[in-house]
Amino acid sequence: MPAPIRLRELIRTIRTARTQAEEREMIQKECAAIRSSFREEDNTYRCRNVAKLLYMHMLGYPAHFGQLECLKLIASQKFTDKRIGYLGAMLLLDERQDVHLLMTNCIKNDLNHSTQYVQGLALCTLGCMGSSEMCRDLAGEVEKLLKTSNSYLRKKAALCAVHVIRKVPELMEMFLPATKNLLSEKNHGVLHTSVVLLTEMCERSPDMLSHFRKVWLLVPQLVRILKNLIMSGYSPEHDVSGISDPFLQVRILRLLRILGRSDDDSSEAMNDILAQVATNTETSKNVGNAILYETVLTIMDIKSESGLRVLAINILGRFLLNNDKNIRYVALTSLLKTVQTDHNAVQRHRSTIVDCLKDLDVSIKRRAMELSFALVNGNNIRGMMKELLYFLDSCDPEFKADCASGVFLAAEKYAPSKRWHIDTIMRVLTTAGSYVRDDSVPNLIQLITNSVEMHAYTVQRLYKALLDDISQQPLVQVSSWCIGEYGDLLVSGQCEEEEPIQVTEDEVLDVLEGLLLSNLSTPVTRGYSLLGEILNRIKKVVSVYGSSIDVELQQRAVEYNALFKKYDHMRPALLERMPIMEKTASNGPTEIVQTNGETEPSVPDTKHPPLVTQPANQANDLLDLLGGNDVVPVIQTTLPTKPASAGGELLDLLGDLSLSGGPAPAPVPSVPVSQPPFLLDGLSSQPLFTDIAAVIPPMTAYNKNGLKIEFTFERANPNPNIAVITIHATNTTEADMTEFVFQAAVPKTFQLQLLSPSSNIVPALNQGSITQIIRVLNPQKQQLRMRVKLTYTHKGLPVQDLAEVNNFPPQSWQ
Amino acid sequence: MMRFLLLFSRQGKLRLQKWFTPIPEREKKKIVRDMTTMVLARKPRSCNFLHWKDLKIVYKRYASLYFCCGLDAEENELIALEMLHRYVELLDKYFGNVCELDIIFNFEKAYFILDEFLLGGEIQETSKQVVSRAIEASDMLQEVRCCPVGTDLRSVFPSS
Repeated sequence: MPAPIRLRELIRTIRTARTQAEEREMIQKECAAIRSSFREEDNTYRCRNVAKLLYMHMLGYPAHFGQLECLKLIASQKFTDKRIGYLGAMLLLDERQDVHLLMTNCIKNDLNHSTQYVQGLALCTLGCMGSSEMCRDLAGEVEKLLKTSNSYLRKKAALCAVHVIRKVPELMEMFLPATKNLLSEKNHGVLHTSVVLLTEMCERSPDMLSHFRKVWLLVPQLVRILKNLIMSGYSPEHDVSGISDPFLQVRILRLLRILGRSDDDSSEAMNDILAQVATNTETSKNVGNAILYETVLTIMDIKSESGLRVLAINILGRFLLNNDKNIRYVALTSLLKTVQTDHNAVQRHRSTIVDCLKDLDVSIKRRAMELSFALVNGNNIRGMMKELLYFLDSCDPEFKADCASGVFLAAEKYAPSKRWHIDTIMRVLTTAGSYVRDDSVPNLIQLITNSVEMHAYTVQRLYKALLDDISQQPLVQVSSWCIGEYGDLLVSGQCEEEEPIQVTEDEVLDVLEGLLLSNLSTPVTRGYSLLGEILNRIKKVVSVYGSSIDVELQQRAVEYNALFKKYDHMRPALLERMPIMEKTASNGPTEIVQTNGETEPSVPDTKHPPLVTQPANQANDLLDLLGGNDVVPVIQTTLPTKPASAGGELLDLLGDLSLSGGPAPAPVPSVPVSQPPFLLDGLSSQPLFTDIAAVIPPMTAYNKNGLKIEFTFERANPNPNIAVITIHATNTTEADMTEFVFQAAVPKTFQLQLLSPSSNIVPALNQGSITQIIRVLNPQKQQLRMRVKLTYTHKGLPVQDLAEVNNFPPQSWQ
Repeated sequence: MMRFLLLFSRQGKLRLQKWFTPIPEREKKKIVRDMTTMVLARKPRSCNFLHWKDLKIVYKRYASLYFCCGLDAEENELIALEMLHRYVELLDKYFGNVCELDIIFNFEKAYFILDEFLLGGEIQETSKQVVSRAIEASDMLQEVRCCPVGTDLRSVFPSS
């Protein structure tokens, strides 16, 4: 069996691999070789093989099959083996593996080895990854080594004891006697590790802490050691940039902090040395600043006198002006900790802190932002907010959410005036609207509701902002809501706003297509409270959503339609309520809409084929009468139909108000059910029926085979473009006409809407009539023309007829 | 205390990993991934401190290697920078103008040096010379082919 390749050679070979696959192949090959070598229990090369395994492990490959081999290496007599074995144990084993415990005996033996470097290995391994069981078993050995005069071992034993205490805190007591003499050592390694050990004990046990204070008089000892460090001359062994053993100084300062915390006597005893360190430490290099930093932390934490505290904060203030970013960063972090307790002192450095908002470093900016918010108070709110809003404008997206929330919070607490508050909110919404948190929107709305006198101002500003930019969702939400709520205030002074509002809403609808949108229904709901003229448009818009994919919108649309149609009298009451904001997916008007026809009342006792496949309630497309298209049946409640083949437009501005109608068979009164009220009569409960109806004469549209259809006209709403036609169908023959369906089509420039008929049967001999309402929108005021299609069953035979109606009285469309 | 120390290259290749708390293997890999991603994403003149979960992360770049350590929240970041620097100095003293290749090909030595400088996440020796001497003596010990129990090597290798 050839000797396994050397570690360095393996490393060299693996590094020549050009692809991951190639590397993997090499590794697998070598692992196989190592495995077989392990199987042969080869002592000579075990060390080499494990070393190679450790390298492969570092590359990310599994190496668990080498765990036991590490144990064998540890048990070996050769120092080389032990070194690699312990390294392997530290890398491959941890207390989760059972194998780990097998080490205990080896470590115990090695702790008593005659060679200090072997003992060192054992202490190191135990101190890095010893489990609680191991610590329990071996604590005694560690304690013994803590008392040795060998400083090389003593320092390692001290840190090992720290680990034991961390794992098994109850064992702390047993190390107490041995710890006592540690501080009298001259050796810096021992001193340092002793301070760490004492720190660990103090942190874990208040009893120990007071014991150290009162019985051991630890503070004066530490003060003396620190003083010697500072005052002593140059010591090449421990010098770092002119400072003697900064690591030890920092550790002592930290222990002093713990000892002085909430203890007056101890704090007093260390006052002088702290002042000395604070004033004499060289600050040109990082190392000096590290010591100053620790000193400041200690001063702030103990019961220091005020002069010392001011000194500490001033040091932090100087740090803020330091060129070194790291120093600025720790200064901001420390100031954040102290801002609660020493608010006034920190306030003095406010301008420097605010300048840090403009720092290029991300970590510093974040700290500065947090600190700035902590410093905001009633006195500086205006100035600070200006800076913070400027920051919000220019900061990275990762900050915007937190900054916006902070601004809202601060504004809420310290706003000098309502108007300022609202302006501030608006500024946030317009600049960082998309980053504002979800819960901010309801909070804002609540705030706006509460500032009653500002409603008009608020809604005006929001509306203007909305005109400028509708991409910021929270802004849109809040604006829509406000426009809905206070829209009357918005338009009261300016009539011309009526149309712009229309445009806005449609724009909003179009743009928000496909975006997450909340409360689409809300503006519509509230919107109609504004103006009667725009009611029709709102109805149309709402009806679109009656068939939207989103159930939420669909439901709302259907509800609102019902509202328009049947429950006018309830509208005032409902106007008072505020729906909760929620995010719902929006459907743009041009999206394909699922059929809603299925939810419609079932087809009554007719034999009309169910035509539901397409968007049923999508009422007609605009028809091209002139193009000679077939008459497209207008939607009827119970007879959903296909949309026109021509165009295939799905956009339905007419909507289908009959959606919300009840089951078809229910007789519809001949009087139109709901008439849009006048402007401010939105609150009125009565449908208004003006006497315009009398002005337009009725006409006979069709008269053939005993079937006569008369049109009567109303223009009961203020919109002059809509004609409401009621058809009256009567039958002079002796037989009833059953399954009567009236369908109508109008030219492209018109829009037609057919409501439910009163029934399907035209009784014989004029005993009754069918009435049905047609509403025609004629915005271009063109001559009204209509093509009608009639189908019915008479005396058992189906009858169908087409006719053109051209004799509309001019008043009906002018 | 220090929770972990990682050395990785600019391409994110791990060169050394020292863990001072017991962590499952999978989590170690995740931490290494997170650290390399975070640190390598930092702009050149950013400050050397980061926050990650409840730890302070201190990192420093030396030529092509990043030295990255995770500390408890109450640790002093500035002195941690000095700690990293001290380790680099020790490596430099040992290898003579240390570069990444030295650490790649002699990773076990890098670990040995680290284990003379830190123990259980704390500094065990603040003197550069003491650490260096200990490493030299240990290396010498490796030369001895066999080290039978009972041999008092203290007479041969005086402790420092």
